[in-house]
Amino acid sequence: MTRDIAVVAFARTDHRATCEDTSEVEMLMPVLHEVLARTGLRTADIGFTCSGSSDYLAGRAFSFTMALDGVGAWPPISESHVEMDGAWALYEAWTKLLSGDADTALVYSYGKSTPGSVRDVLTRQLDPYYVAPLWPDSVALAALQAQALIDAGDTDEAALAAVGARSRADADSRVPQGSSPGDYVVRPLRTGDCPPVGDGAAAVILAAGDRARALCERPAWIRGIDHRIEAHALGVRDLTDSPSTRLAAEKAGAFERPVDTAELHAPFSAQEVVLRKALRLGDGVRVNPSGGALAANPVMAAGLARIGEAAARIHRGESGRALAHATSGPCLQQNLVAVLEGDPR
Amino acid sequence: MPEVLKAPLVLEFPFTRSLGPVQSAFLTGLRERVVLGVRATDGRVLVPPVEYDPVTADEIRDLVEVAPTGTVTTWAWNPAPRGGQPLTAPFAWVLVRLDGADTALLHALAAPGPDAVHTGMRVRVRWAGERTGAITDIACFEPYDGEPARAGDHSGAFDDLVTGIVAPARLDYTYSPGRAQSAYLHSLAERRTVGERCPVCRKVYVPPRGACPTCGVATAEQVEVGPRGTVTTFCIVNIKAKNLDIEVPYVYAHIALDGAGLALHGRIGGIPYDQVRMGLRVEPVWTDGARYPDHYRPTGEPDADYDTYKELL
Ligand SMILES: [Zn+2]
Repeated sequence: MTRDIAVVAFARTDHRATCEDTSEVEMLMPVLHEVLARTGLRTADIGFTCSGSSDYLAGRAFSFTMALDGVGAWPPISESHVEMDGAWALYEAWTKLLSGDADTALVYSYGKSTPGSVRDVLTRQLDPYYVAPLWPDSVALAALQAQALIDAGDTDEAALAAVGARSRADADSRVPQGSSPGDYVVRPLRTGDCPPVGDGAAAVILAAGDRARALCERPAWIRGIDHRIEAHALGVRDLTDSPSTRLAAEKAGAFERPVDTAELHAPFSAQEVVLRKALRLGDGVRVNPSGGALAANPVMAAGLARIGEAAARIHRGESGRALAHATSGPCLQQNLVAVLEGDPR
Repeated sequence: MPEVLKAPLVLEFPFTRSLGPVQSAFLTGLRERVVLGVRATDGRVLVPPVEYDPVTADEIRDLVEVAPTGTVTTWAWNPAPRGGQPLTAPFAWVLVRLDGADTALLHALAAPGPDAVHTGMRVRVRWAGERTGAITDIACFEPYDGEPARAGDHSGAFDDLVTGIVAPARLDYTYSPGRAQSAYLHSLAERRTVGERCPVCRKVYVPPRGACPTCGVATAEQVEVGPRGTVTTFCIVNIKAKNLDIEVPYVYAHIALDGAGLALHGRIGGIPYDQVRMGLRVEPVWTDGARYPDHYRPTGEPDADYDTYKELL
């Protein structure tokens, strides 16, 4: 690696944002303005812009083009989009900065789940020949993984409920509290094990080298990022493990030194159990101090928010070395791991 | 603030998909009550079969018949089946490793309740009465406490292969255009065209989308524009669109309404198509009950000077 690149600013919509009365760009603009204000940058100062979102959430083709209005895309800017969680947009921006093509990048992502039924919408990402015709929804697939973990003795329903309760307690006090595990949605998962359906957006600014130092008092240096994928057929995989997460973490350098913080993108409680195991996280690691996706799950932005939350903890001096993880697809099919560090203080 | 509009939005698409040799054999087999797997490079039998080895990515084609009986490797009780799912009564989602297979198939298990389901339980295929060569030819699995069924030795060769599937999809949404476009549509209903002015560059956007794409800031100040405007550019449409009750050729134009900072689209009528020109002054024509102008027609004014609209092209 020839250049040091850091996350220098992060913003996200409020956990309880109810965005059903706003368009995507109206929902997105406040977080874009917030990261720009934090760095003092203007749109014209940004070298590269990359976003993540999904047309299936909006129910419209090329829906991301409308959101571009919010970044000041005219006169033409250097811009790209991934039809994925914004964590993967950040990966693209990171490579762009590594290549020296830009010194700063704006990365944002957003998702409005509320116009459709996100459980049904997500079935459209499944194998269209053998799986999608059965319409197994996202909770059903996560529940199969949870039962596999319970059968393997890795967790039980009480431990899963505790994951959900801790996540919501760690989130903003504005989030509705309650440790009640709730009713079964798809057994063994109860409402408390499942992510809330919500709308939201996240934005991050990346900068290289001295630009990062100038823009942020304590930049969160990206020491490595990697992402890996597993076989798409669920029946081929060991659902109690996540070898792709482990491999991504290894390639990102996560195991070279211990981390103190881990922001894990685990929309379902059982997935946190899988990830802790795959990443060999001990009890000394603070997992999801932000509350994670169990407290707020704007689809397509929740993964970017994990990187942003980990970085913000470094900015605030609460972490020296943090791991951030993002996932996509059913039962942790694709996984991205980033390792972030602050300068010694 | 006027009410934000909402409307149902349905996305429906019958996806026609062709099958490769392995998927074709597997789905044809289901139609004939034969379950086929494929042997992977490491010797494992994968059911459902895939065309490329999940470990080595080698092409694999060695089809193997497996039994219609098997073992549940994990399950999840679904108390409230959703549209499109295999059973309408509460059921268990299951991954089933069929006898003779090394991997598991996702499907539904009919059972009286969650207490009747456990990992390791024995199940068998319940075939659909009418089979077409699709994963739904397996209606579901059902509990089974007999001996493992003996797999035949079908080679995977069929006379009448299924070569494609139609995968229907339907998703229901409630679409909302947001604050800015709702306000625009509300005003259109009163036959007024209202844009929004950017607080930074002062440009008036019609229709407004809530943000200035140049400045990247929210637009809020509402400004009524038009009703008259100028044709900035146009094209002549010679092909009739499906379900469109307009004679061809007709003219589709960019129209800069007076006071607007950019042009919107509209059809030009009331003038022969070959007489439409840049600079032509036009006004909207409303039809009874319509929520937007049907078309724009010439006002009879002299043409606008090029300099007055060249920035809006
Ligand atoms: Zn402007």
